[in-house]
Amino acid sequence: MNNKHKPFSMHLDVSDFLPADREEKQSLVIMRESVSFWRDGARRFRRNKVAMASLIVIILVFIFAFVLPYFYPYGYEQQIRGSENLAPFKYSALERARIEAGEKVFPHFLGTDELGRDLTIRLMMGSRISLLVGLVASILILIIGSLYGAIAGYFGGKVDLIMMRIVDIIYTVPDILIIILLMVTLKYPLQDLANSVPGFGWINDIGIGLISIFIVFSLLYWVGMARIVRGQILSLKEQEYVTAARALGASHRRIIGKHLLVNCIGPLIVTTTLQIPSAIFTESFLSFIGIGVQAPMPSLGSMASDAIGGIYSYPHKLLAPAIMISLIILSFNLLGDGLRDAFDPKLKN
Amino acid sequence: MGKYIVKRVIMAVFTIWLVATITFFIMFLVPGGPFLAEKSPSPATLEALNRKYGLDQPVIVQYKNYMLNLLKGEFGESIKQRGRTVGGIISTGFKVSARVGGIAILVSVLVGVPLGCIAALNRGKWLDSLINVIATFGIAVPSFILSTVLMMIFSVKLKLLPTYGLSSWRHYIMPVMALSFYPTAYISRLMRTSMLDVLGQDYMRTAKAKGLSQFKMLFKHALRNAILPVVTYLGPLIAYTLTGSFVIEKIFTVPGLGNEFISSITGRDYTMIMGTTIFLASLVIIMNLLVDIAYKIIDPRIKLK
Repeated sequence: MNNKHKPFSMHLDVSDFLPADREEKQSLVIMRESVSFWRDGARRFRRNKVAMASLIVIILVFIFAFVLPYFYPYGYEQQIRGSENLAPFKYSALERARIEAGEKVFPHFLGTDELGRDLTIRLMMGSRISLLVGLVASILILIIGSLYGAIAGYFGGKVDLIMMRIVDIIYTVPDILIIILLMVTLKYPLQDLANSVPGFGWINDIGIGLISIFIVFSLLYWVGMARIVRGQILSLKEQEYVTAARALGASHRRIIGKHLLVNCIGPLIVTTTLQIPSAIFTESFLSFIGIGVQAPMPSLGSMASDAIGGIYSYPHKLLAPAIMISLIILSFNLLGDGLRDAFDPKLKN
Repeated sequence: MGKYIVKRVIMAVFTIWLVATITFFIMFLVPGGPFLAEKSPSPATLEALNRKYGLDQPVIVQYKNYMLNLLKGEFGESIKQRGRTVGGIISTGFKVSARVGGIAILVSVLVGVPLGCIAALNRGKWLDSLINVIATFGIAVPSFILSTVLMMIFSVKLKLLPTYGLSSWRHYIMPVMALSFYPTAYISRLMRTSMLDVLGQDYMRTAKAKGLSQFKMLFKHALRNAILPVVTYLGPLIAYTLTGSFVIEKIFTVPGLGNEFISSITGRDYTMIMGTTIFLASLVIIMNLLVDIAYKIIDPRIKLK
């Protein structure tokens, strides 16, 4: 009997059960490689011109702040006698004499300040401080906020309630008030610690101002991160793979660390990047009102505030740090926006 | 609703108490008292001064006394500015700060909302891009940088505006501009996204189909719904204006509350530190509370937990 003419017949076609030949196998192979999370995001990110431009600017600023000072002939504390308050590209009488004698004198691109310190190197060091504050503070916030949020979200119930109430309270505390108070207060115990307790000398190396900024940030600024992570964890913990991990006997610690936090890496990266400009902003604000980074270490904020006195005669002294701060904050903001669009489209508003 | 308000008020009171307590104990960790800066007082004078302000008692007793006075609404007397009560200093300083800050908030809403609407209505055109560029810069440039640059342009180069004081309307221009630039930019961005969202809604199409005029469509239907995110931003905005004023007041030498706060900290004027901190913190916390409640009234769809 020939089955071909009876399409509704229940008889089976034997040819369907023959082993597939080479050609048929080929057609079933998935030609396109599966696109991983990272590659997908990176592709979207590369297509974003604004974000790429800001990334390049940030890399340039990093080179300016961390590499160039090693090749620069002046130090940031070095007071060049006779070269006080020079305008950009000007030489002092002493230096002119040296040039005429055939010596090479490195130009002061941005001039010098009232103590004869070269402003270009101070701008570099100031940017270094800003970047350091931004990065370290964001990493601290990332660690504290994500762990706190993950624990609250994962355990839920009473733990969540109490932990998030604490977050709510810290959230409503006006941060700048407490920061200013803490900055002034922390100076003295830290000084004691650095000078009298052995093993804490490194505090002086980094600078008391910077350490207090880090402490203040890790006390107050992690709450936003904690809220975002908690929200993510709340939905992630209902996923099957978490149930599977639990069924296999994974500890809470392992589930949070290996399964949950890894899966909200997108929001974590984006929130951390967007935290950097706000940390830089707060640092420059504090240094501007005179309670941030301490002299002789320059900070963009303190450089701007020093320049106000001479605003009539030396406006360039103000413009240089002003442009630098704005450039850093702007490019980190744009980078963060780009990363958000690339890695975490859901987060957009 | 009632339960929610009660809960929030209790939390607000608790937060204010917490801020007051933290401030009180932080303050006493700082070495050096309010009288050390003066020309080396003799031990006897120092003791007398300390006794006068109750500073000779244990910290815990001082804390108890302060809190009891606070419950009666008394902030005490300023230690540094003899003969003036903290309440009096705060009210004179706050009047100045509130005037500058209030104008700045008004300006940022009145400029930011239309800008955002214009950007949304001209989506993708050059006007939208222009507003976007301005808003991006407004968010990136810190207010203290902006105010110094403004000062450089308008006072130093053009000699148009005065640099310090608050004696005429021309004195207000620069502080208000500096203070309102960031919130204006932020509000215009917020407004643009929410306006775009609303314009895509079905009821907007219905309104158009009914033949409503462009004006009515925009103001009666779109704006009312699109403005909600701006209302939620008002709470943080007030907090921002207050803290932003610290620096603006310093730059333009405005005799406001921000100035008083900073000088009280550097001068260890204990009662002033406590007074200004509690006052500012309460202001921010209460404003946030009011905004949250107002939000609920404007948009009944919001479920408050």
